[in-house]
Amino acid sequence: MFDFSRDYDLLGAFWTTVQLAVLSAIGSLVWGTLLAAMRVGPVPLMRGFGTAYVNIVRNIPLTVVILFTSLGLNQTLGIKLGSDIIETSNFRLAVLGLVAYTSAFVCEALRSGINTVPVGQAEAARAIGLNFTQVLTLIVLPQAFRAVVGPLTNVLIALTKNTTVAAAIGVAEAALLMKDMIDREAQLLLIAAIFAFGFVCLTLPTGLLLGWVGKKVAVKR
Amino acid sequence: MSSVLYDSQGPRAKQRNVLYTGLFAVAVAALVWWVYDSLDEKGQLEWVLWKPFFGSEAWSTYIWPGLQQTLLAAALSMVIALPLGALFGIARLSEHAWIRVPASVVVEFFRAIPVLVLMIFGNALFSAYMSVDPDDRPLYAVVTGLVLYNASVLAEIVRAGILSLPRGQSEAAMAVGLRKNQVMRFILLPQAVTAMLPAIVSQMVVIVKDTALGGAVLTFPDLMAAVSPMSSYYGANVIASFTVVALIYIVINFALTSFASWLEGRLRRGKKSTGAVIGADAVAELAAPGEHTDVTKGP
Repeated sequence: MFDFSRDYDLLGAFWTTVQLAVLSAIGSLVWGTLLAAMRVGPVPLMRGFGTAYVNIVRNIPLTVVILFTSLGLNQTLGIKLGSDIIETSNFRLAVLGLVAYTSAFVCEALRSGINTVPVGQAEAARAIGLNFTQVLTLIVLPQAFRAVVGPLTNVLIALTKNTTVAAAIGVAEAALLMKDMIDREAQLLLIAAIFAFGFVCLTLPTGLLLGWVGKKVAVKR
Repeated sequence: MSSVLYDSQGPRAKQRNVLYTGLFAVAVAALVWWVYDSLDEKGQLEWVLWKPFFGSEAWSTYIWPGLQQTLLAAALSMVIALPLGALFGIARLSEHAWIRVPASVVVEFFRAIPVLVLMIFGNALFSAYMSVDPDDRPLYAVVTGLVLYNASVLAEIVRAGILSLPRGQSEAAMAVGLRKNQVMRFILLPQAVTAMLPAIVSQMVVIVKDTALGGAVLTFPDLMAAVSPMSSYYGANVIASFTVVALIYIVINFALTSFASWLEGRLRRGKKSTGAVIGADAVAELAAPGEHTDVTKGP
């Protein structure tokens, strides 16, 4: 009954899921922070770009984004992201799609974090003569980052669950293996339980641990 | 324009902003040109490929039937998930541990698992153990997955909605002699439903977006699934098809999002209610497994 591990690469599939999640998390943190900086900055054109990006990307299903990277970018426009091997190129395209999608949510989380800092903090900082960079790096951002650990954790968990969408373009991660196993094996409930357990192990501890950290570091007001 | 982060701008800052605007405009223009150029090179901009979407055939043959399935699945999921969610949300607030603990476990479990996994499981379940017409099976699977996940998110929304009400409400109700379930039915739930309306509408956006998973992975004939037959019929207009489908999703979801924030603003300004609102921002928080901070505080 438990001989699946010989025929199927369970750990390998979950490892791919973790890789997708980690790489996309790093990418979307970078791009999302840039977007947030544009949205709160003083240049109207950048604000407009940031707002438009977030509102468009948030309202498109991730499935459409991921499938577009494969069918649109790769197969129609011939963008291979530096690899001729289909598996590698699909993996990179999936990361690209996940980053493009998740960064909109990272941006919103960061922006709401900046909004939690009371106006008085920045006003006091300016009153004692700090300039924009100093206000941002010494006063506002340290408080904002402490406020967004919780919201960013939720984005990270949603991202981990969203990596399953990469199955739609054939990236060999957990959901694709599950579909494959269900098609070929009879023990449906056992297979479902294994994968459910795998995802619970990935998401629940992350949520509990980082949620606790978030509460610990949040500025009490 | 001033904000927390910067002062009202003087002449030098304004000059600098003009410079930044110029540089950014050049960067965006370069990007747009690159996209245009690569589309043009592959012949994706030819009028023949875009023309179908300005006639009725593409809409009546591919887009509208797909859109109907998308909306059907989303509506069914919401209608089934709402009462289930209310049940579990209230159960999690029960005084009896034997009700509260199992309900909590179920809610935490289904929030921790990807919707796609639930859908694949539902699909296999229906094909193995239940005599569902194979044509209807993808719809059943999609709705099952969406219901299991969204009922648990809605349970959290309901719980947060009830907890957001001032304690005086239930204390006063008990003081006039109402029983526990009367307090819930007549006092707490009606107010909580109002408070969580914006969150429920926001969750609708999540449901509409997640139906696309069924189209991509489970042969559910929804709007997403319309892309491939459509683009092969009209001469490989992949880019055009994706653009149109994405635009439809954007229009639907943007309308829902705007409606949710309008509702939220209205409820926050309202004088008649207790002023408790579970806003759209709270949904992301409630959708993740684990404990939550107080979500009722407004921005």
